Amino acid sequence: MYQFEYHRPRTLDEVTALLARLESPKILAGGMTLLATMKQRLAAPSDLIDLQDIKDIAGISVDAKNVTIGAMTRHHDVASSKDVAKAIPALAYLAGRIGDPLVRHRGTIGGSIANNDPSADYPAACLGLGATIVTNSREIAADDYFRGMFETALKENEIIVRIVFPIPVQAAYQKFPNPASRYAMVGTFIAKTSAGVRVAVTGAGPGVFRMTAMEAALAKNFTAASIDGINAPTEEMLQDMHASSEYRAALVSVMAKRAVAAMLG
Amino acid sequence: MNAIDAKKATGIGASVRRKEDFRFITGNGHYTDDINRAGQAHAFFVRSPHAHATIDAIDFADAMAAPGVLCVLTGKDVAADGLGGLICGWMVHSKDGSPMKTGAHPVLALTHVRYVGHHVAVVIAQTAAQAKDAAELVNVSYGELASVTAVGDAQAPGAAQVHAEAPRNTSFEWELGDKAATEAAFRNAARVVSMDITNNRLIPNAMEPRAAIGEYDKGSGVYTLHTTSQNPHVARLVLSAFIGVAPENKLRVIAPDVGGGFGSKIFIYAEETVCVWASKKVGRPVKWVAERSESFVSDAHGRDHQTHAELALDANGKMLGLRVKTIANLGAHLQLFSASVPTYLYATLLSGQYDLPAIYCEVDGVLTHTAPVDAYRGAGRPEATYVIERLVETAAREIGMDPAEFRRKNFIRKFPHQTPVIMAYDTGDFDASLTEACRLIDYANFPARKREAEARGMRRGIGFSTYIEACGIAPSAAVGSLGAGVGLWESAEVRVNPTGSVEVMTGSHSHGQGHETTFAQLVSDRLGIAIENVEIVHGDTDKVQFGMGTYGSRSGAVGMSAIQVALDKVITKARKIAAHVLEAGEGDIVFEDGRFSVAGTDRGMAFAELALQAYTGHKFPTSEIEPGLKESAFYDPTNFTFPAGCHIAEVEVDPATGIVRVVKFVAVDDFGNVINPMIVEGQVHGGVAQGIGQALLENAVYDPDTGQLLSGSFMDYCMPRADDLPSFDVGMTVTPAPSNPLGLKGCGEAGAIGSPPAIINAITDALGIRDIAMPVTPERAWRAANGL
Repeated sequence: MYQFEYHRPRTLDEVTALLARLESPKILAGGMTLLATMKQRLAAPSDLIDLQDIKDIAGISVDAKNVTIGAMTRHHDVASSKDVAKAIPALAYLAGRIGDPLVRHRGTIGGSIANNDPSADYPAACLGLGATIVTNSREIAADDYFRGMFETALKENEIIVRIVFPIPVQAAYQKFPNPASRYAMVGTFIAKTSAGVRVAVTGAGPGVFRMTAMEAALAKNFTAASIDGINAPTEEMLQDMHASSEYRAALVSVMAKRAVAAMLG
Repeated sequence: MNAIDAKKATGIGASVRRKEDFRFITGNGHYTDDINRAGQAHAFFVRSPHAHATIDAIDFADAMAAPGVLCVLTGKDVAADGLGGLICGWMVHSKDGSPMKTGAHPVLALTHVRYVGHHVAVVIAQTAAQAKDAAELVNVSYGELASVTAVGDAQAPGAAQVHAEAPRNTSFEWELGDKAATEAAFRNAARVVSMDITNNRLIPNAMEPRAAIGEYDKGSGVYTLHTTSQNPHVARLVLSAFIGVAPENKLRVIAPDVGGGFGSKIFIYAEETVCVWASKKVGRPVKWVAERSESFVSDAHGRDHQTHAELALDANGKMLGLRVKTIANLGAHLQLFSASVPTYLYATLLSGQYDLPAIYCEVDGVLTHTAPVDAYRGAGRPEATYVIERLVETAAREIGMDPAEFRRKNFIRKFPHQTPVIMAYDTGDFDASLTEACRLIDYANFPARKREAEARGMRRGIGFSTYIEACGIAPSAAVGSLGAGVGLWESAEVRVNPTGSVEVMTGSHSHGQGHETTFAQLVSDRLGIAIENVEIVHGDTDKVQFGMGTYGSRSGAVGMSAIQVALDKVITKARKIAAHVLEAGEGDIVFEDGRFSVAGTDRGMAFAELALQAYTGHKFPTSEIEPGLKESAFYDPTNFTFPAGCHIAEVEVDPATGIVRVVKFVAVDDFGNVINPMIVEGQVHGGVAQGIGQALLENAVYDPDTGQLLSGSFMDYCMPRADDLPSFDVGMTVTPAPSNPLGLKGCGEAGAIGSPPAIINAITDALGIRDIAMPVTPERAWRAANGL
């Protein structure tokens, strides 16, 4: 790790001021990816701006329509929230399967989706549920937010403050973890919403994506059999030492069917 | 507690809780990184980013100018000081009689780098962070060269050459066994079963990374090295006699608490050598602690064999002969035991538990542009067991015989048994452990479990492994005749204090094995004193006169036997003193349950009283019997020991995802007599976890084009976690080892040796396939399950 300055502001205005002033700052929102990268000397920010003291951007609230989660809410808090478990059990389930207990107690939802690792779990929930990402300057629909590997719609110095998840009729997440890292090698989030069925896939491609053909089939007939033969495009899947693109594509189908089966009980 | 109760609670055979664990789990251990010396500086190594390159120039002017930097040392400084290179301590000869070939292995690379992570230069600075920052400023001009990393590619025509001294990258072409007799057996065979078998490359990953602190005392001229070593005396010997850093009498090596070794801390590496050497040059203690990323690239790796093996059978399924050709990856340089692992520790075990009349094995040791490969838990024996147990299971299936019955038909049943590959098995009961393992796993009802799994869409399989290994290494003359550069006895010294407490200095080294408990149990049992009154001292060349260290499951069979012999001497002398004090004939003195007494009378004294008498010297003639009570022993066993047993795995494969779950795992082992069953069981658990890790998860992968280590972190190198493993069912059968006074065989490696073939045999059974490569990743299982 190279030397850097550490800041711990109390308000978003202070964060904005720091971002404007400093040479190459990075926002610290848990740091489960950033700190590891810095330790390997693959990132060298001049300054870290830690958001953990900014209280109005952490916490969970649930109303009749939405589950709203502050950007600095830790994965463990989502996983163990009775309100989330009641409103969107699949979301609590997903949060409880991110990384390991250490990661879940430090990592935050805002940090996860700002980073947009192609193997992260939360992007699948955001896209699958059609969430809205609220920043300090605007609201962005999940469909517009995720732009591929580590790319998002966030502008420079834009800060996520909360994520609003519409409560679906029903949802399920099925994850196939990488045996080593336990990131999603394939994770499929399926939601039945008032506006239709949404199927979001993480881990398999160069960024979270929707399987619209599956959505259409499931809208007609919500059974695992209805998506038989609907495959993710192999040539667009990731390939690495752990899994070929062909295997990832096959897992997308298997995980989707299992999510549907879980929803049908 | 009286002496009899003490013996029951803490003597041989009692599951005593580990004495050392309290300090470990409360953070009060003293690992090398916990130790800080006044004025210490910190070293950081500049490592090669290339698999193969010339070192054309090293410019470290900027590094020298960086804050806190004390010095930068390179291979030129090593050469100028006349230090010898790192050595291989075991000489292997090729079939044609020529000695193994390799190039020099300088402490810091001089002209070439030969693997990614190769030690090129060292920066020493006031702080570790300053040393690391400055290391980035060392500008090494490399001339990049082509590389070869895969074991199967090393000998190919046109392959990049690792050392000019070893043409075709071949260090040795070694053989063992009777070629003509084996050829004849194959000519007479009714059936030959042959397989190509790969043993995947592993990275040890001890919990504590390697570390060292070198220190030089100007006044006395004595160097002190704290280091993460499994064998500090061997480290001192090599550092003084071969590398020439300091004379043996001016070098103290201390291996304090060490957090796991698995073989990787046997060897004498460049880093600790540099810390000792540089401490005099900078006039300050020099500390180095490996980062995990450094461990991945620079610790010696394990396994990495490619083998073609054939088994000859007669028409009734009786084994006639075994023919094996193995290519073993040695890495870029031969480490301390590199040459012995794929030869004498491998081919000598190829007879397995079977009455095999003829065996012939050829091993080519090849050099590649990868980290050195050396002993890793089991060292050669897991590779041998994998070859024979995969072959045996496959043969049973192909001749349509139950794999348990096929083994029974071919088991060695008479002992001693001379195998065709050097080893003379002295005892064992292979049928007993197989039968017990079958009972524990409920083999008879496996078909019902398979059907039940099928109804759930799961493919269930069962796999056997009946392994044998040679441990307690072992008779010095025997290993000497096979090329070892050292003897492999062990030393012990038992010091009785005037108050009757005891200190035992042992040449064994504990780095997870629990010696402080088991060794104390032996003393408690023999002397009838409480285990709290026994201190086991190890890991310091100033305290222990000499020792060969801990590896090869040798510390019980050899290290404890040395203590046993020293205890015999203590008791013999104490008996003489007791005779005088109790005014009786020596022949009438009985020593039982911690008490010396005159037979047939109520006259006697406790061990502690005797100890005080020994030190006061008031009541016996010191002209005949020296005062004090301290004895030592050097013990050399008469044979290797042969732990053996049966592992059976049951797995379920999900054909849709390829996920393999180990649903049942039974290990029934014959370790001879057992001192502490709980610790033995723990050793089996750890070994089986590592074996399952090899079979399902762990794989060291180098990029074939660039020679970069792709699995260089825990993000990509998959270590087994608790939830990857089932609850193990461990059983024991006992045939005491006749080669040592305690009848111990050793238990440290068995789990890692026996388990991989059991897992793979179970997976191939589940999927109805002949073979599948380790590690069986979900994708490999998915492809096999779906015929892709």
